[in-house]
Amino acid sequence: MSAKDLRNPLKRALGLGSAQAGVGHWWTQRVTAAGLVLLGLWFVITVLGLLHADYATAKATVAKPWNAVLLIAFLVTAFWHAVLGLQVVVEDYVHTRWKEVSLLVAIKFLAVLGALASVLAVLRIALGA
Amino acid sequence: MADTRRPLSPHLQIYSWQVQMVTSILHRATGIALAVGTLLIVWGLLALAGGEASFGQFKTCIGSPLGLVLLFGWSWALFYHLCNGIRHLVQDTGAGYAIPQFVRSSWLSVIVSVLLTVAVWAYVLSAGGAA
Repeated sequence: MSAKDLRNPLKRALGLGSAQAGVGHWWTQRVTAAGLVLLGLWFVITVLGLLHADYATAKATVAKPWNAVLLIAFLVTAFWHAVLGLQVVVEDYVHTRWKEVSLLVAIKFLAVLGALASVLAVLRIALGA
Repeated sequence: MADTRRPLSPHLQIYSWQVQMVTSILHRATGIALAVGTLLIVWGLLALAGGEASFGQFKTCIGSPLGLVLLFGWSWALFYHLCNGIRHLVQDTGAGYAIPQFVRSSWLSVIVSVLLTVAVWAYVLSAGGAA
């Protein structure tokens, strides 16, 4: 550390910057992106394998343990990544504060509902309820 | 309160078009489209969990002309966002920022995404169509 650095060592150690969030948003967006490269390709290949599949086959495919696990991982990661991405778009283009905050909250609510609903659907199929 | 009369950057129509700008705009646009498209996956899974009748309804809807157009659009959006996303992950390491490299990787994202989309739909057609 330079002798001229007037910042408290704790501030440097936490690395959270003036917005108190540090690089958390940026880093999470990259980590979910890396996950989605793999999960997205797996999802496309799985869906292509279900071409012309009847109801029972489609259900049995989703119910396979590994498919169910990867599908839930894909859904959660995709919604998480989408929230982070849409947040940046809203912050960039919506300049009225109350509209910006309302949109950000609405996006989070919708994404959580979408994730919960789709995960519950996968669980129902996988557990045979 | 901040002074809101700050100078603004010029609007899009002021700049001359170049591929790096197109890839950047498309990354956002496809990201938004994919976020909406995720709701289709939610719908499909809910229909599958709901029983044979609701799944049949879902299949009829996505097999309709409008459904197929949306599927085709979303498949390209997915492949474009995937290719350009990998490009951005590579650039996050600090690589590929020389202007010729930047232009080349922009074109690579666009071209590979189109090739992947064509390959997937060629497979779908060879397997007897999507509907």
